[in-house]
Amino acid sequence: MTRKLLTGNSAAAWGARLARVDYIPAFPITPQTEIIEDLAAWIDRGEMDARLVTLESEHSMITAAGAAASSGVRAFTATSSQGLLYGMEMVYTVAGWRTPFVMVNVSRGLASPITLESDHNDIMAARDSGFLQIHCATCQEIADSILIAYRLAEHADVRMPAIVNLDGFYLSFTREPVDLANASKAQAFIGDYDPENLQFRGNSPLSQAMAVLGGGPYSYFRYEAHLAVQQALSVYEEITDEFEDIFGRRYEMIDCYQMDDAEYVFVLLGSFSTKARDAVDSLRAAGWKAGLLRPRLFRPFPQQRIRQLLQGRRAVGIIDQNISMGMGGVLHSEFATALYGLKDAPLLGSYIGGLGGRDINQREFFAIADELKQAYDSGESLPPRLLYTQNELTEMRKLQAIAQAEHAEIHQA
Amino acid sequence: MFRIRFHGRGGQGMKTASRILGTAFFKAGYEVQDAPRYGAERRGAPIFAYVRADKSTINERGVISHPDLVVIADDTLVGMPAAGVTLGVDAHTVLLINSHESSSTWRQRLNIDAVILALAAREDAADRATLPFIGSRCAAAAAALTNVIPRDVFVAALYEELGHLHEDIINQNRDIALGEFDDMTRHAGLVKQSGLPSASEYVKPDWIELPFENAEISNLAIHAGVTSVEVRTGLWRTMRPVINYDNCSGCAWICSTYCPDGAINVRTDGYPEIDYDHCKGCLICVAQCPPHAIESIPEHIARAQEAGETA
Repeated sequence: MTRKLLTGNSAAAWGARLARVDYIPAFPITPQTEIIEDLAAWIDRGEMDARLVTLESEHSMITAAGAAASSGVRAFTATSSQGLLYGMEMVYTVAGWRTPFVMVNVSRGLASPITLESDHNDIMAARDSGFLQIHCATCQEIADSILIAYRLAEHADVRMPAIVNLDGFYLSFTREPVDLANASKAQAFIGDYDPENLQFRGNSPLSQAMAVLGGGPYSYFRYEAHLAVQQALSVYEEITDEFEDIFGRRYEMIDCYQMDDAEYVFVLLGSFSTKARDAVDSLRAAGWKAGLLRPRLFRPFPQQRIRQLLQGRRAVGIIDQNISMGMGGVLHSEFATALYGLKDAPLLGSYIGGLGGRDINQREFFAIADELKQAYDSGESLPPRLLYTQNELTEMRKLQAIAQAEHAEIHQA
Repeated sequence: MFRIRFHGRGGQGMKTASRILGTAFFKAGYEVQDAPRYGAERRGAPIFAYVRADKSTINERGVISHPDLVVIADDTLVGMPAAGVTLGVDAHTVLLINSHESSSTWRQRLNIDAVILALAAREDAADRATLPFIGSRCAAAAAALTNVIPRDVFVAALYEELGHLHEDIINQNRDIALGEFDDMTRHAGLVKQSGLPSASEYVKPDWIELPFENAEISNLAIHAGVTSVEVRTGLWRTMRPVINYDNCSGCAWICSTYCPDGAINVRTDGYPEIDYDHCKGCLICVAQCPPHAIESIPEHIARAQEAGETA
């Protein structure tokens, strides 16, 4: 094995290369484009045996990936943010075709207003589509998760497409040491794609996922897809056991840090969770029993495991890098659902933080722990909180003042 | 952990500097994280890149808010708030500025607690975005200041990161960078690592409840010109177009139309005028002006002249 410095985007490209993908439909978008550029360069130099085709939109790109998987080839693609939304009609559609392939999403905030920086509302928009979702916290995990995602997606009990998610900038453009699997070991793990009955050929018309009238057949197809996604929970265990045997790295569906005796727990997805690890270390040094729980697998959502892990804890601070307008943090809602009715369920605190790449610093993690403890001690529930400082509002006010002054001037004239 | 930031302008090689230093740390047995922040993604605009290096796994992410070392490749960025070169700089921080001015001049000028060193500016370029070898020089100086990267390891990292360039260019970079490395060795070890913040004594974040404000306030309609009041894109300029009105024929519709940033206005007397707050220095007007009445001069020289005139 060779350990080298790779950006998250390069690690994603390596994941696809090691998975020996055959076909890559592509469309550029910041901060994802480097993935496709790396793959294109390898194919151009003859270092990778695959076909890369640039499509005219993400809508076509996702269609092409699903269609290719239906013809029996292993497909890979990548997008981000507005691109994922532009292709959203086909995200749902190809999942209904039950075609397994892997798409990387590099998380970036959605318009409007527009930003290039990381935020999870894009990936949350694909939450209910049928795509499996694996969320990564490090560059190492990106390369490894793509291999795991193919196995999971292609498993006979699952056969659904999968998204591997990584955060823009915080991972996409950040180099970290990555232990790249050697090609033969990767091949031993990944095996060949068995498309089963998905054998579409141009000269032999077939159809799949036809129009169904009346709710009965429709309900059947939709619920079967739901059950298939749920199968991925047990399949995930088998596959990650095998992964560990071959590569020596273990990827639990929920990554736990210092959870054995933790009373106060941080919950968050993606790369910001490594910051929470530092906070847990610092809090422990200051006498706290703090821990971290990070779902890697977000779809299917490991509800039972979450109940087991959080029963009897004092309080949990759930930090959502997304916001569902009119409701709040998506992860918070899902945890509340998972824990409903559980005896000795912990108190839940909902924090919205990291929107549009807004950093979360160590002091904020400490202050969240303080709030959780106060709430536990007083027995009072915690109102949801946006991580936002006076200084940030002051800066915002300066911008508003410029616009308001101009506004007044125009209306006077 | 070592926390190091490189500040420069697009084109000066700050991403490359961070990668050379990152690779050098990695080859010296450190865990590493390096990343660029592309900013406006444009030549001449402020850009920075950062490197973290530690003997154990690095969990910290994002922009370095408390740097041990800040390397500034272009001293014209120091007074520019948007460049953020002094973010989180305190008495622990070493500030290394590539400048014709001495470190004592910068100490007086900045009046901050940081340890200030000057990277003696060498040959200059008319267009600062093409400052030669500055990325390699900055990386070498930073490596020497940490005192944990052996000379040969630095060279190996430089070869790895510049490997795609022509051999002669790589060797020139190596020789110039090593000159800097050797020169900075007298300050070896000046840059010290720092630890994690403490959870037992910390300043609480001044969180607020964001109040509801109706759309007339929370989603103000913004007149076109106002969107760039705070974004003085003129600061990205490394070459300045200057109109010689003696030769200007007053066909202002040409230069003002060709200007891609709408930064050439037409005065009431019909002659053009350049808005230097927003001119990015692309020099299209210089190329298009029929009577060749617009010339380009290096921005840093123009500014030095202005400073001299006002002094």
